[in-house]
Amino acid sequence: MTLATADTHPRGLAATLAHARYVISDNPVTGIAFGMFLVLVVCALLGPFIVPYDPLASDTAAALQAPSATHWFGTDNLGRDIFSRVIVATRLDMAIAVFSVALVFAAGGIAGIASGFFGGWTDRIIGRISDTIMAFPLFVLAMGIVAALGNTVTNIVIATAIINFPLYVRVARSEAAIRRQAGFVQAARLTGNSEWRILLTTILPNIMPIMMVQMSLTMGYAILNAAGLSFIGLGVRPPTPEWGIMVAEGAAYIVSGEWWIALFPGLALMFAVFCFNLLGDGLRDIVDPQRRT
Amino acid sequence: MHGNVDVTAQAAKTSETPSGPLLEVRDLTVEFATRRGVVTAVSQVNLTLAKGETLGIVGESGSGKSVTSYTVMRILDRAGRIAEGSITFSGMDVAHAPESAMRDLRGREMSMIFQNPRAALNPIRTVGRQIGDVQLQHVQADARNVKEKVIDILKQVRIARPEERYQAYPFELSGGMCQRIVIALALACRPQLMIADEPTTGLDVTTQKAVMDLVTELTRERGMSTLLITHDLGLAAAYCDTVMVMEKGKVVETAPAERIFRDPQHPYTRKLMRATPRPGITLRDLLPEEPAVSAAPAQNPPPQSEARAQAASAPATKVLLQVENLVKEYPRQGAPSAFLSGLLGKKAPPEERIFRAVDDISFAVLKGESVGLVGESGCGKSTTSTIVMRLIDPTAGRISFAGEDISAIPAKDFAHHPMRRRIQMVFQDPTESLNPRYTAERAIADPLLRMGGFSGGAKLRARVADLAEMVGLPQNLLERFPHQLSGGQKARVGIARAIALDPDLVILDEPTAALDVSVQAVVLNLLEDLKQRLGMSYLFVSHDLHVVGLLCDRVIVMRAGRIVEEGSSQQVLDAPKDAYTRELIAAIPHPPV
Repeated sequence: MTLATADTHPRGLAATLAHARYVISDNPVTGIAFGMFLVLVVCALLGPFIVPYDPLASDTAAALQAPSATHWFGTDNLGRDIFSRVIVATRLDMAIAVFSVALVFAAGGIAGIASGFFGGWTDRIIGRISDTIMAFPLFVLAMGIVAALGNTVTNIVIATAIINFPLYVRVARSEAAIRRQAGFVQAARLTGNSEWRILLTTILPNIMPIMMVQMSLTMGYAILNAAGLSFIGLGVRPPTPEWGIMVAEGAAYIVSGEWWIALFPGLALMFAVFCFNLLGDGLRDIVDPQRRT
Repeated sequence: MHGNVDVTAQAAKTSETPSGPLLEVRDLTVEFATRRGVVTAVSQVNLTLAKGETLGIVGESGSGKSVTSYTVMRILDRAGRIAEGSITFSGMDVAHAPESAMRDLRGREMSMIFQNPRAALNPIRTVGRQIGDVQLQHVQADARNVKEKVIDILKQVRIARPEERYQAYPFELSGGMCQRIVIALALACRPQLMIADEPTTGLDVTTQKAVMDLVTELTRERGMSTLLITHDLGLAAAYCDTVMVMEKGKVVETAPAERIFRDPQHPYTRKLMRATPRPGITLRDLLPEEPAVSAAPAQNPPPQSEARAQAASAPATKVLLQVENLVKEYPRQGAPSAFLSGLLGKKAPPEERIFRAVDDISFAVLKGESVGLVGESGCGKSTTSTIVMRLIDPTAGRISFAGEDISAIPAKDFAHHPMRRRIQMVFQDPTESLNPRYTAERAIADPLLRMGGFSGGAKLRARVADLAEMVGLPQNLLERFPHQLSGGQKARVGIARAIALDPDLVILDEPTAALDVSVQAVVLNLLEDLKQRLGMSYLFVSHDLHVVGLLCDRVIVMRAGRIVEEGSSQQVLDAPKDAYTRELIAAIPHPPV
């Protein structure tokens, strides 16, 4: 591994960039998705510094104002600026999604590869665990986990990871099973690699393209799930700015005509989920070596 | 649609008069739009196929032979287009015909046999129904008599017990049987032109002979024309009237089959002919006449005949590998078919529940010797080599390697065993055996890092460069990924990886089966040179007796898990004792010499 990175790295990086440029020009939708992703990343990193108002500061005099030049997205029932709250919420929502996806990738991905690669009892045990998880309505399961473990952000991350576990296991398992008897795996055995080493250094990198797609798609799903849990009052608690809570808070006001309170965080959610769904396909093109020429 | 049917039918009728050729291709140029711009796959191809004639298109991969045939059937994929030229099929302009007319033409007037018979059949429909579908589609049968007609066709392609096989699924049939079904599909509507695209690649030689004999017999019976696309000059020569040789999208030579072998005009044809393994030659004869840039700058390897003589005269001193009474049993697989036949009331006898892939075989490989293990698919040769490789455990028997009993070490622990580095392997498919995410350098370095005591750095790089030079791989290719290398280059990477640890025994599992003949010639010579230089022993597993004969000192012929014949290559090839060996040798298509 050191060898490949040591002396071919600069050229490899340039090639990757050139390839990324090709992929984006070949499929403009991917370019748009990356643009959207960039917006999300900037909001997540710099959110609190770029917003015009303190997301927590209430100003009852300016409550329930419609979108205007001073309050772009309007204000909520406590007079907090919705634009600032939507932007600041990005960090929390993204963090939940990123950590839960990283967790489920590590756990589900490895379990799935082991299951497909070793087969036998490993496969049976991991398979039954994921079947058990699949047997529950997933959102209800997530609610149960958060309710049981306690109402914290960490537990939302864990719950989101658990309900995505079977998806990762299945994808990784089938991809690993295909490659289990491939020539290059046999060759790796002959060169003295142990089974676990083969699993981690040979099989895993080869199924990364498909896992990347899976990760991008579940990112969107994880954001929705976190927002969903907050919407019903689990996990993140008010007054923390979070898209799900904000939609929940605004829902009551739609009837009385204050549509902006729920609409803008809802749009932000849609933007994020849409972005990750588009990104999945673009990512696959970039990481798939078969498409490089 | 009906109008078109009439038109083509009439066109077909008019062509029955011996006036014009059945198929005429003039100045055909086919282009593909790719990421790197337009690529010309076929340029200025001319061919004429008379009624009842068989034309062989011969060429190596990338020569455009398949593209030519696909264009005739108009089944190019979307990126490809006919840039220039005309194709006339029994008076009809194929290049400009509407798709609806082509759809009607395909299957009824011209049909195709594909390379991989299993992939060409729908796995979830019985073969009888699949043939019936084609007949119904082209109004050759109706719902009432379709079964009768299908069974009739099955009889024609010499399928035993056609009534029973009508109900069979593709997976229940052998490869040769599947190819017969595909031929039956192609013939179902009595086409005038049959295009066979590498119809026997992947089939055993005896099956190949049976399939090709069948094809020629049927075409003669029906007065059909055949376009045989193959990389095997011998096959084309044995079964075609005319042979057309293609290189890089261009036709280099067209001549009657006998003449092209007696008196090849074009240097490329000569090169191809030289590279085709045939009896009575040595490995060096496979390489082009010109003072070739040697694959490996070997330090004056002794000429092969001498080496052989040495090996023979000094009745080798040391036994490297000794296999004794090796047995490998598997529980019978095929659960679905067993289940189905169970439903049909036919029960398998109990002794069929266990399958002996390797049935009590014993042999030895001496130090510095190369031994060929030959047989058709399913004879147990690969199982034997995999056991010797210690990737799977034998059911019974003993394998001693350099005096140590290695069959006692479980396969899963063998990866860490010091013996591991002394037995290495070159795999059948160079593409599949290289990790797509490793560069050539990383692939060659892998065994050195794991077992060679290297830990990266300049020393490792020097060793990899050294190995690359030994196998004749240019240094600048080392940082490429497998998909950026050609088949021959990938084969070299595979060989470099296998010899990286200076093994005593290298198992060659059909290392050239996926390569073109000219590349095969170079790779075989490279292997021979390396053996001379490094003093390794080879266990060469192959189905091709000629290739084995060229590289090996001794040949073991296997059939159904047992050894049927064993002897020096010369003896086995020239004077086979066993009837099965004779059958194998006879089935190899020979170019007329």
